[in-house]
Amino acid sequence: MSGAEFLSLAIDLSFAIIMASIALGFYRIAKGPTFGDRVVALDMMTMSIMAFCGLFAVFADDPSFLDPAIVLALIGFLTTLALARFAERREHRDDNEGDAE
Amino acid sequence: MIEAIAGVLILLGAAFTFIAALGLVRLPDIFTRMHASTKAGVLGSSLILIAGGILFADGAVWARVIAAIFFLLLTAPIAAHMIGRASLDDKHRPKLQKPSD
Repeated sequence: MSGAEFLSLAIDLSFAIIMASIALGFYRIAKGPTFGDRVVALDMMTMSIMAFCGLFAVFADDPSFLDPAIVLALIGFLTTLALARFAERREHRDDNEGDAE
Repeated sequence: MIEAIAGVLILLGAAFTFIAALGLVRLPDIFTRMHASTKAGVLGSSLILIAGGILFADGAVWARVIAAIFFLLLTAPIAAHMIGRASLDDKHRPKLQKPSD
């Protein structure tokens, strides 16, 4: 097996694996008992989609697909920060966080 | 040879992303889920981005890859810390050991 064949096989396999990871993240967002679980799952999904962007840049042989990865890292960080602040503030308002959603 | 190394890096990154998703679904409470998702998520997307940098072998691409990885490494601990602090209260404590009963 030559190097290029191995690379294309690895790319195809990795696409499937990353898709499965994003699906599992969706499961945790839908089920997650607390608000924090959902935020953590959203963070993991952002990182998975960053990996997907890098993989697609290699697949399409076009480095411009790496730029969305940087933007996603920024937006994911800001989202997590804002949601964490929101959760912290809401916790002081009401005590039953588990069934607040 | 370059392509084989990049293929191995891509497969490793996808595997780490899947481990993160698996930990997110399988682990018992939010603190252990956070441990799985942030650590393995950063490692997974970083490895795939490094594989892209190796394959394109271009200065501008390496700059983008290093910027994205540096930003991820800088922000993931902060986001995890904020989520952990927001979800820590009287009812949600980390399960440090298995209950003995």
